[in-house]
Amino acid sequence: MYLSKIKFDKKIILSFWIILIALIIAAPTILPVFRLNLLGRYLSLSIVALGVDLIWGYTGLLSLGQGIFFALGGYCAAMYLQITSSSEFPNNIPEFFALYGVEKLPFFWEPFRSPVFTFFAIWIIPALVAGLIGFLVFRNRIKGVYFSILTQASLLVFFNFFNGQQKLINGTNGLKTDVTQLFGQMVGSESMQRIFFWITAILVIGAWFFAKWVVKGRFGNILIGIRDDEPRVRFTGYNPVIFKTIIFSIAGGLAGISGALYTVQSGIVSPQFMTVPFSIEMVIWVAVGGRGTLLGAILGAVFINYAKSLVSEALPASWMFIQGGLFILVVTALPEGVLGWIQGDGPRNLLQKFGLKRKIETYPSLEVNNNEGNNE
Amino acid sequence: MELLLDSLFNGVAIGSVLLVAALGLAIVFGLMGVINLAHGELMMLGAYTTYVTQLIFKLPILKPFYNSYIIVSIFLAFIVSGVVGILLEKTIIRKLYGSPLETLLATWGVSLILQQFVRSVPLAYGTGLVISLLIGLFLPTSFPSKIKESINFKYFKFSSWLFAALTGVLTGSIISSSVSKLSRASARNVDVTAPSWMRGQVEIIGTAFPKTRLMIIVITLISVIAITLFLNQSAWGMRIRAVTQNRQMSDCLGISTEKVDIITFGIGSGLAGVAGVAVSLLGSVGPNVGGNYIVGCFMVVVLGGVGNLLGTVLASFGIGIMTDLIGAGRLLSIWPDMPLPLSNTINFFATTSMARVMIFALIVIFLQFKPTGLFPQKGRMVEN
Repeated sequence: MYLSKIKFDKKIILSFWIILIALIIAAPTILPVFRLNLLGRYLSLSIVALGVDLIWGYTGLLSLGQGIFFALGGYCAAMYLQITSSSEFPNNIPEFFALYGVEKLPFFWEPFRSPVFTFFAIWIIPALVAGLIGFLVFRNRIKGVYFSILTQASLLVFFNFFNGQQKLINGTNGLKTDVTQLFGQMVGSESMQRIFFWITAILVIGAWFFAKWVVKGRFGNILIGIRDDEPRVRFTGYNPVIFKTIIFSIAGGLAGISGALYTVQSGIVSPQFMTVPFSIEMVIWVAVGGRGTLLGAILGAVFINYAKSLVSEALPASWMFIQGGLFILVVTALPEGVLGWIQGDGPRNLLQKFGLKRKIETYPSLEVNNNEGNNE
Repeated sequence: MELLLDSLFNGVAIGSVLLVAALGLAIVFGLMGVINLAHGELMMLGAYTTYVTQLIFKLPILKPFYNSYIIVSIFLAFIVSGVVGILLEKTIIRKLYGSPLETLLATWGVSLILQQFVRSVPLAYGTGLVISLLIGLFLPTSFPSKIKESINFKYFKFSSWLFAALTGVLTGSIISSSVSKLSRASARNVDVTAPSWMRGQVEIIGTAFPKTRLMIIVITLISVIAITLFLNQSAWGMRIRAVTQNRQMSDCLGISTEKVDIITFGIGSGLAGVAGVAVSLLGSVGPNVGGNYIVGCFMVVVLGGVGNLLGTVLASFGIGIMTDLIGAGRLLSIWPDMPLPLSNTINFFATTSMARVMIFALIVIFLQFKPTGLFPQKGRMVEN
């Protein structure tokens, strides 16, 4: 389905990259800070979408719980920022602790005083949690909708836990980051937001290359094999549990990075990141962009969120209808997503309908790729 | 002893709400392998039906029968949710059989639309729409077979839809002009007040039980018995069981699987509506009311296993009793002198939200030993 891709010219690819990099460098000066900030947030969401694409588009695991790992990354980043800028508060701990009468930093937050630890924690902790949940589920050959339901339930569990623990993580209120300091500057300030935008843009490109590297070669082939026929992969001698666990924790790690970037740009992390609708939304970004096409995940995340903010500004009530319709439409009419449709036979079929292109009579792979020159 | 009885009753009460809500889900999932994320919203429709029925029964003509509105609303809720479910099956789910993950996403889209629909459309016109759907879907099937088989049947179908639309608009405007509360759209939560005979408490063996809770248990009991009788005694129930066991073979033997799918989905959705009536008795009704129950229902289905109602029953009462034992910290009062670290742990989990955390952990541990639930379907296929 994804094999017959359009082959781009090298010049086109090069000019695409030049334009892209130029846009990233220029964006902070062209766009007003408010829009720039929104774009930065959407770009950081596209990293979690890449993870969803890896597990759903390539491995066939529909996780409805990516919000867990997204929020965990956000909490790690936010807590580090809170701790480093809490020197004026009593007991040298973040301000909210005083509200609940906590005098000593809870022990598991202790390592977050170190920036190096935090840097690693942001992606390793979500990856470990994902690996653990994944292993426990995959080990029993629980798959398909059962897996989706269990991830959704664990999302709810994490939401309840984070929502209820005021003394440890400030419960419902979440952790604010925009008034904290990093390297002597306010995180919410304009100059810092510009830097965060650049970091996000670079990391999105990095994550994209990483994901491309993951799905290339034998590892990627096994993932696709698991998606298409898992028992066959098992009977061939591979253990799908290991591969599924690895890819699920990679997706978790990506979600953690994404959550941290989103948190510093939106100014707060709260249990709202772990609500059920948000995690399902991540799936629809990938579905609309085109699952199994990594670029589609990025484009889907950015464009749908952009559309969401535009529509919500104009007609607040209609977004739910549009989103609901999008879910139904993309599943029933456009199962490969927009990019998958373009890369596949979509445009050719459309042109055929209007009589602009010759009908394919045998297999597309024979007529389109090999005999193209002879036929036309 | 009294404490234990109290705890048991509370657990059964929580479990019976879960059971009536999960019953429809389990049937639909068991038969078609379809995960219906809009199930919670079908419950919400049932709850809103109760509210609308209540307001309509306050009209002068129906005032003398006001006390019986809750009984009427059970049937109405079954019909309303069932009709919406049948429409859902006919338009979307039918296209997606064999791809459960896609169905899951599509039904989530449906649930978003239903939520926003309740917020932005006046309930009176919503009622009108449901009535026209009801007529449009069922009037053509009630024609004599001579008409059904004629070439001009499509004109009959078209005219019956036209009639349905007119009736819907007419009922909608009549309701909106006579009940002012239903004439405007609102996102606010509404309240269903139980009729006077259902308020207060009943004393059994020295313990007081709220009547609404007892009513919910009765509703659940009747639904379970009715659905068991239907599945085991009626002809259509037999066909449903046959299709559950082997779809291809049933199809070959002349059972219309298409009809079986519609009936099953209609009944499953209708049961969601009945659950909605139960839910409306417990608290206020809002567009999000279904979302609070849906994950619990899924847990029941996962724990109970597919294709056996007994599993669903046991799982929901198990989860209900455990929720009460952990969430209300009852273990501590039953066994007061337990060692300190244990009692601290129990105190930590003694809130409703933390009890959910604990129960999920227990379910995951349980699934390590029995991955396909309490009563799995037996088979020798690689899949399943």
